[in-house]
Amino acid sequence: MSITEDEARKVAHLARIRVEDAALPALARELNGILHFMEQLNEVDVDGVEPMTGVTPMRLKRREDVVTTGEMADKILANAPDAREGFFAVPKVVE
Amino acid sequence: MSDLNKLTIAGARDALTKGETTSVELTDACLTAIEAAGALNAFVHKTPEIARDMARAADQRIKAGDAAAMTGIPLGIKDLFCTKGVASQAASNILSGFRPEYESTVTQNLWDAGAVMLGKLNMDEFAMGSSNETSTYGNAVNPWKAANGAALTPGGSSGGSSSAVAADLCLAATGTDTGGSIRQPAAFTGIVGLKPTYGRVSRWGTIAFASSLDQAGPMTKTVRDAAIMLGAMASVDDKDSTSADIPVPDFEAALTGDIRGKQIGIPREYRMDGMPAEIDALWKQGAAMLRDAGAEIVDISLPHTKYALPAYYVIAPAEASSNLARYDGVRYGLRARLGQGDGITDMYEKTRAEGFGPEVQRRVMIGTYVLSAGFYDAYYNRARKVRALIKRDFDQAYAAGVDAILTPATPSAAFPLGSMADADPVEMYLNDVFTVTVNLAGLPGISVPVGQDGQGLPLGLQLIGRPFEEGDLLNIASVVESAAGFVAKPERWW
Repeated sequence: MSITEDEARKVAHLARIRVEDAALPALARELNGILHFMEQLNEVDVDGVEPMTGVTPMRLKRREDVVTTGEMADKILANAPDAREGFFAVPKVVE
Repeated sequence: MSDLNKLTIAGARDALTKGETTSVELTDACLTAIEAAGALNAFVHKTPEIARDMARAADQRIKAGDAAAMTGIPLGIKDLFCTKGVASQAASNILSGFRPEYESTVTQNLWDAGAVMLGKLNMDEFAMGSSNETSTYGNAVNPWKAANGAALTPGGSSGGSSSAVAADLCLAATGTDTGGSIRQPAAFTGIVGLKPTYGRVSRWGTIAFASSLDQAGPMTKTVRDAAIMLGAMASVDDKDSTSADIPVPDFEAALTGDIRGKQIGIPREYRMDGMPAEIDALWKQGAAMLRDAGAEIVDISLPHTKYALPAYYVIAPAEASSNLARYDGVRYGLRARLGQGDGITDMYEKTRAEGFGPEVQRRVMIGTYVLSAGFYDAYYNRARKVRALIKRDFDQAYAAGVDAILTPATPSAAFPLGSMADADPVEMYLNDVFTVTVNLAGLPGISVPVGQDGQGLPLGLQLIGRPFEEGDLLNIASVVESAAGFVAKPERWW
């Protein structure tokens, strides 16, 4: 498999990273180099092998479904680039 | 006492207990050493006021007879750990200005044990790198120099930690290890670095890179110090659902020095083509040291080793692309300056383009690609299946009676800063060839300084242990440490 410039543009958009058109050929080349390295995995016989989900054989922990924290809007907003009236503020989302 | 900053944790603990020194004196010695070591660029946020307050409190605690394992010990903290009110930005521009409102479990455990924070340490951006050259703070520098005087990498991603410990700017430091980021920098600087079993140390409040692989651990001057510090860092933590419900034992008590009858595996697949002769010789010496101490050396096979790096470079970027989606310019850190009419997607895209460096962007995009529709099975699921086979290789070796596995820590000694600038990204990834299998299998691994190459640069060996048997692993490592008798220190030039 190999990534075209157009696919590189799509990946960058999916990742929400702005890449200028002039940088796309180099990006496609780099991504192709890395993907080529990964193609080695095709040599491995993985028939009947379950994909690994965790290294330690344990059940995911459960807890009571209750509120354990809260009432800290000021702390949550303390690092926001733009916070107003107790909310995160962002540019217009809907026209 | 002079040169207090050169003490080990165990040495300082004894001196503090006997009243030969105070935490304030220890801390001041470290702060002075840090001030004089700007050229290493190891400490990127210094916290001298916090350090002195904590040291005074520690001295009170010692006086009151209430000292815990690390009381009064001055530490450096990798920038990946959230520390309340103190910059914590994973060496990334996208977190510039971020001051957490909370403390990571690891650092809280250390402060509860009485340790003192000197400041935050340099690293590769979001722990993605093997040379500390992807940091927004600039390169950290190895206190060891090449024979021709060239500045060397301290390794990565925990390069500030390795540099600071090797240069005696602190008694020890925290590191994190996703593919080798504790063990490789430790080997490059002649110190000890331990990656614990996955789940031994809580990940809560540690900025995430790849959640199924990340694990924090100690970077220290000796194996004994690693045992002491791991005991203080580890805990069972309700805030991390992958924290293992296994009690934290007294790791230091496991250091008996008796390894008679232990079986040490030598995996044949780790003998790579083109491996430098001095690394191969070091590996043989390590095996001889363990044999002399009464261990049995056995040849083993870990047949899927070759596929560990490609599997890792699918899985880690996939998890990173998901973890790093949170940096969007809304809740914390950087927001790019927007133009007239820019909408929210422009804000995301511009913020992430300005905030992430090239290596982080590359990995986020690779991760996005391997998780995207049509490629999920071909790349991500296949890599997870190969990961299961890599873990099975280790399971089978341990089931056959092996207690620990001995390998080189790195394929070379520290290389010059800038020397990989024109290299393919994959060439840099090869640094992790001996360490990455351990993260994929979730096992504990430790790098111990054993010798020096022709230029006098440190070289390390890695020991890999059974899951949650860090005590046994540390004990075997302590035997290698004593037999090797590595005492070389870098000549001070900074």
